[in-house]
Amino acid sequence: MNAPTTTSHYPTAPMAQKAESHTLSVLVDNEPGVLARVIGLFSGRGYNIESLTVSETEHQKHLSLITIVTTGTPMVIEQIKNQLDRLVPIHRVVDMTLAGNSIERELAMVKVRGKGDNRVEALRLADAFRARVIDATTESFVFEITGKSDKIEQFVELMLPLGLVEVARTGIAAIKRGPEGL
Amino acid sequence: MTKEMTGAEMVIQAMADQGVQHLFGYPGGAVLPIYDAIFAQDKVKHILVRHEQGAVHAAEGYARSTGKVGCVLVTSGPGATNAVTGLTDALMDSIPLVCITGQVPTHLIGNDAFQEADTVGITRPCTKHNYLVKRVEDLPRILHEAFHIAASGRPGPVVIDIPKDVQFAKGVYSKPKEFPHTGYKPRIKGDMAAIKEAVALMAHAKRPMFYTGGGVINSGKAASDLLRELVKLTGFPITSTLMGLGAYPAADPQWLGMLGMHGTLEANMAMHDCDVMICVGARFDDRITGRIDAFSPGSKKIHIDIDPSSINKNVRVDVPIIGDCAHVLEDMVRLWRTNGHQADKKAMSMWWTQIDKWRARKSLAYRPSNEVIKPQYAIQRLFELTKDRDTYITTEVGQHQMWAAQFYGFNEPNRWMTSGGLGTMGYGLPASVGVQLAHPKSLVIDIAGEASVQMTMQELSTAVQYRLPIKIFILNNGYMGMVRQWQELLHGGRYSESYSEALPDFVKLADAMHAVGIRCQKPGDLDHAIKEMIDVDRPVLFDCVVDPAENCFPMIPSGRAHNEMLLGDAGIALEDAITEEGKMLV
Repeated sequence: MNAPTTTSHYPTAPMAQKAESHTLSVLVDNEPGVLARVIGLFSGRGYNIESLTVSETEHQKHLSLITIVTTGTPMVIEQIKNQLDRLVPIHRVVDMTLAGNSIERELAMVKVRGKGDNRVEALRLADAFRARVIDATTESFVFEITGKSDKIEQFVELMLPLGLVEVARTGIAAIKRGPEGL
Repeated sequence: MTKEMTGAEMVIQAMADQGVQHLFGYPGGAVLPIYDAIFAQDKVKHILVRHEQGAVHAAEGYARSTGKVGCVLVTSGPGATNAVTGLTDALMDSIPLVCITGQVPTHLIGNDAFQEADTVGITRPCTKHNYLVKRVEDLPRILHEAFHIAASGRPGPVVIDIPKDVQFAKGVYSKPKEFPHTGYKPRIKGDMAAIKEAVALMAHAKRPMFYTGGGVINSGKAASDLLRELVKLTGFPITSTLMGLGAYPAADPQWLGMLGMHGTLEANMAMHDCDVMICVGARFDDRITGRIDAFSPGSKKIHIDIDPSSINKNVRVDVPIIGDCAHVLEDMVRLWRTNGHQADKKAMSMWWTQIDKWRARKSLAYRPSNEVIKPQYAIQRLFELTKDRDTYITTEVGQHQMWAAQFYGFNEPNRWMTSGGLGTMGYGLPASVGVQLAHPKSLVIDIAGEASVQMTMQELSTAVQYRLPIKIFILNNGYMGMVRQWQELLHGGRYSESYSEALPDFVKLADAMHAVGIRCQKPGDLDHAIKEMIDVDRPVLFDCVVDPAENCFPMIPSGRAHNEMLLGDAGIALEDAITEEGKMLV
């Protein structure tokens, strides 16, 4: 018989498959620790969180909607959904990416500091991106922009040479198109 | 019925209402009100352990051998952190437990108070669910909910952390009622279309194989009975994981022995070569599959599991069936019968011929000795001398555990308590305490190693205190045997720190702890010594001195497939065991 070749008693890692990005809508009881359960699951099992948005959406029933953008191989994505689903305070897990036909939006506030031409250019670009000015001083603006993440990325990139100071983003919220709810 | 009482009284009342008879625990400042409530009643009997880890393992043994929920009570801080190993163990092996932990008063939480720990934070990843009870009004619901969650679906441990002021507070207690939780609804019945597809696959199989696990045991006696019926009906071969031993009788010719890293050659080869695999309540763990990409490459896989997250976790399956084993097996048996299915006789006969050739290689063979006790021989004798009795076996973790799994024939479910998923050394002794309490008239044996047993040795005092005549059968090879084996095979024989230095004299130790010590060093004395152990109606520490160099074979080396097993040198060589025609198939 052949002698063993590795020095671990665990199987070697399987060949890496291609990772996909999925947006999950997770309906949970808004109780203490529920977010920790979700985040702990991701960190404990080595899953990725690209974006996370949480807020109570149905006050009477104390239900919160968590929107998570995660990446992984199809098998890992399936695992993530099943693992989430078996947490006791979780009511539903919907894969918005698989379900298709959903809208994803993000809000960002972008602070830009500058004078003269840069300031004018920032305002013009903001207008083109339909970003609103929500704070202004003689040497700065704060823009509010909503849209898909790549639109925000693009806007932020354009602001960089014009005196970008900082960005605050909400993370992605997602909802299904059409009359049906979760 | 509702009644006003303190939070502490509610804890004990809820246990009584849930049918709890024994509670394993250790007192401390933050649970004293509950200990007061225990003092004032006699429905729930408290068993005082010597360490909180022991309390959890004892409750696990109790739960595993009875199918009931095991109960634990520990104090805040160190009490809770000491329980963590047991909780993790129970989570990995799907054992239903309710563990009550004391907590500092609510106004001190977060204050780094004396014996404070973030118990819900620490136990969140090692429980099925946990609670911090901040208001006594919530306590009755949480207590009953905890029992429901622990026992239903895929069972697991549930922690309820109760601050001391909540234990003192008065509130209205209510009896268990309908479970209102909307987010938690385990699926019991399997999808009929999937079950039909599975049965059709089975009916056309040429080289089928049952692969069963702990889920069958957890599903209850009915699941084991139905499994036996289905296996008999179909005539298919069957293997099981470590956790599933006993669901199908080891004495039956269709039984191929345990599979996996230290499973039999025939079980692993049949898994590798089968064309239809029926996985019932097992989870394709890495000890089972070996190299994933070479795992049973040619088979269609049917997977029955109550936990959807077990499906497609490690291995992609073709027919997933989410549901309780007993329910799904019942549907399968009925469908098989009503459709008048018959296994393909010719194909089955060829398949069994092949399996018999693998069997003929006697992969569990070892070189017997008249000089030293071979550990395998010790287990064989233990089995022969106890098989006609009402016997329960627990184990620690390591070589002795694998030998017990290989050589002790389990013919009934719930008779075998071992730490499978977590691999917790020190599990077996306290687990045997729990088993013996649940089955006071039965013979309960902890098959142990001299290294493992020292991890929870102090629980022998618990056994003595409650007159539990457990038998601790130590295969003493002077090494952490499994570590030594891996060091021999994989690390050039550099036995770094794996020698059991400064061992106690187990016979004297037993004596000092008011138990009975027996030592046996010669194969010729073994039967007599084992009989003596069985006949003593007191806890026994049996020091069985065995061959220190023996390795546990067969084994699938890491990174290898099921058909690349390593046999011990006593195994029958390939050429001697099989014909030319058979070689083609190996």
